[in-house]
Amino acid sequence: MSGEASKTIPTSELWAGGRSPFSVSYGKMYMWFFLISDALTFGGLLTSLGFYKHKYADIWPASEKVFVHFPFCGETHLPLLYVALMTFILIVSSVTMVLAVEAGHRMNRSKVIFWLGLTVVGGFFFLFSQVWEWSHYIHGSELGALQLSDGQIAHWADEGKHAIILANGTALGAQESAPLIANAAEVFGANLHVNEYGTQLYANFFFFVTGFHGFHVFSGVVINLIILIMVIKGVCQKRGHYELVEKTGLYWHFVDLVWVFVFTFYYLL
Amino acid sequence: MSAHHSHSTDHSHEDHHHHEETFISKWVFSHDHKMISKQFLVTGMVMAVIGMMMSVLFRLQLGYPGESFKILNFFLGDKWAPGGVLNPDMYLALVTIHGTIMVFFLLTAGLSGTFANLLIPLQIGARDMASGFLNMLSYWFFFGSSVVMVLSLFVESGPAAAGWTVYPPLSALPQAMQGSGMGMTLWLVSMSLFIVSALLGGLNYIVTVINLRTKGMTMMRLPLTVWALFFTAVLGVLSFPVLFAAALLLIFDRGFGTAFYLSDIFIGGQALPQTGGSPLLFQHLFWFLGHPEVYIIILPALGLTSEIISVNSRKPIFGYRAMVLSIMAIAFLSFIVWGHHMFITGMNPFIGSVFVFTTLLIAIPSAVKAFNYITTLWKGNIRYTPGILFAMGMVSTFITGGVTGIILADSALDINIHDTYFVVAHFHIVMGLSAVLAMFGGVYHWFPKLYGRMMNNKLGYIHFWITFVCAYGVFFPQHFLGLAGVPRRYYTNSEFPMFDSFIELNQWSTIFAVVGAVAQGIFLFNFFYSMYRGQKAPQNPWKANTLEWTTPVEHIHGNWPGKIPVVHRWPYDYSKPGKPDDFVLQTTPLEEGEGDEGKH
Repeated sequence: MSGEASKTIPTSELWAGGRSPFSVSYGKMYMWFFLISDALTFGGLLTSLGFYKHKYADIWPASEKVFVHFPFCGETHLPLLYVALMTFILIVSSVTMVLAVEAGHRMNRSKVIFWLGLTVVGGFFFLFSQVWEWSHYIHGSELGALQLSDGQIAHWADEGKHAIILANGTALGAQESAPLIANAAEVFGANLHVNEYGTQLYANFFFFVTGFHGFHVFSGVVINLIILIMVIKGVCQKRGHYELVEKTGLYWHFVDLVWVFVFTFYYLL
Repeated sequence: MSAHHSHSTDHSHEDHHHHEETFISKWVFSHDHKMISKQFLVTGMVMAVIGMMMSVLFRLQLGYPGESFKILNFFLGDKWAPGGVLNPDMYLALVTIHGTIMVFFLLTAGLSGTFANLLIPLQIGARDMASGFLNMLSYWFFFGSSVVMVLSLFVESGPAAAGWTVYPPLSALPQAMQGSGMGMTLWLVSMSLFIVSALLGGLNYIVTVINLRTKGMTMMRLPLTVWALFFTAVLGVLSFPVLFAAALLLIFDRGFGTAFYLSDIFIGGQALPQTGGSPLLFQHLFWFLGHPEVYIIILPALGLTSEIISVNSRKPIFGYRAMVLSIMAIAFLSFIVWGHHMFITGMNPFIGSVFVFTTLLIAIPSAVKAFNYITTLWKGNIRYTPGILFAMGMVSTFITGGVTGIILADSALDINIHDTYFVVAHFHIVMGLSAVLAMFGGVYHWFPKLYGRMMNNKLGYIHFWITFVCAYGVFFPQHFLGLAGVPRRYYTNSEFPMFDSFIELNQWSTIFAVVGAVAQGIFLFNFFYSMYRGQKAPQNPWKANTLEWTTPVEHIHGNWPGKIPVVHRWPYDYSKPGKPDDFVLQTTPLEEGEGDEGKH
């Protein structure tokens, strides 16, 4: 097993040249360093998100009020439940990936195929969930919202659309609302320009961060599929090791881990 | 599982006897690190010539504002230099592309790409990079990036003109100014390719140094060049992704109407719909790359200088461990100082003072390096090759520019001279000149390894002295301009009567710039002439200890015929008492009772 050697060989010898000090192939190490660099890309994005969340703390929408729907359940109020389910499935797909790698260590091809296949299924589940979530987000609510003349978003206080609640949470009476409503435009759903849920940046970051992460998941699923086909064809068996699975596993765990951070920083905090 | 690990260290060994070389695989899509190194060098030189010509063109305008020059019209045509007078938009574009080319294409890819590719495998005793294929891709992404950048010079609205730092909103709004249109788009495309290239290369360098050192090559026996190039790669891998994030957000702001960097912008009296964003976010993200970036430039320069000075002083490098530690310290500190580029952005003065502190800390490892160079030279048996002249020139500019860095690091002083010519003088001397001089030194020193021939020494001396004098001639006067408040990036200063008395200093700069630029012709001639007609190089022309001089002069795949050499000692055993020669190859076994690492 890789890594085990480093427990018995003294450090001075490990680093003395003529061998890999971590007993790993260049490909695996390359992947590790690539993941570090990719982590910094996400770090930059999430730090930017934090920058604006902090700057607009008083008007930043609360995600638990935005993501309250569940597929096939119509009008529901299940705050963040579906995102939590997506997160759970993605984490489970990491577990199946671990099992695939472990089966690879035992050179058990059928088990590798089984667990890697499940990982791909989990990835697809996540991607389709994201498609659903995006379309729901873009489509918006029945009621919509108001963009006031100063560009701020206000929400309706009642179904009859008589009174509004400002972005900072101040509820106005019908009389105070009337002049503001008269000068405002109705907004339904969200895109990169306007956003019924609140500030434009909230939607910008939603699309960018989850999109960028989704792109990673998508490429992860594609790579997993390719490796799965190679495993089915017996490439790894012929090579005598399943390092390919280990390498794509590293990438997959990374993508999952990043999602945990996205979930925390975008949805929860 | 351990069975398969052996393939990783030996794979490049197998590389060299199973395929016939074609023209394409040898000269174009070569996987061989030595060829890739030469490709980086020549591409970098082409870009450098373009970047240097640009500086000559805009220096003419700065020295002689509004005057007509045939050469401007010749290069820029009637559109951008009507009647031989430089158009203001083109001035901004030239400054921008000059900066971009010099910082990224010459001193990042050209410098690291050339010397990391050449020296890492040769000096650590590896047959090639960990992955020759990804190494080849790294070069071709760089090549593509260069082509796009050069093409952007020819679009109708001109190349990007928002400065090499491409701050929004100028870079984020295609309608903001001429260069914000197609030119800026191509700039971003080019830099995206560049980032891919930098990552592919950097990851490869790191993995190669960790995994492929030959037997006996402990980390503390690595030549300082390898240490420097290793940490350069680490910096690149950690900082370029953040630029990538910043660039992606910028692309969205440009193309898809997001508001990451934009708020409350009016163009022609019309308010833009974007609200909420802040250009300061871009500055933070940019300088989080941007500051490590200047160390990405200077660390390889310091590494090359260490090696050249030690070899040609015939003395062990002074304080090897201190040199390694200071490289690490510089690399670490470079990530926590970016705020010193932003003292005038309304930053909280307390945060500013933290950045002042961390920035000033960098002076310590930098000074350690400077003193160690001087102490290595001290009482050395110096051979004045062109290589060491350039290396000594580098030490000189590193000190001169470093001293002004301490002034700029202090926010109270920086607020007064921010965005003046003082800053221009500072970074050109400490980063630009130092790195260019070290790169010249490196080319003179390793030319025999690159091309198997020697460069002409006489031409080298002439080239050095003209370059060195002109370098100071161009930039030293700019300190005085800056202290008097002359702002950088302005098309002309003749509109301000208070700056009238400085016009002669500007002319002085321009004259030196022109002479210095012409003198580079000597280098180019020497380079290409020596490539074909130079004196044939012996295997170890400088009598150096490091492994690259144990390879045959003719390049072969796998670097060493037969077995890879085994290393027995550190690389700086020069003039060791009790030895027949004043150098001892790293492959020479230690005698009984002989100490390593400079101990007798």
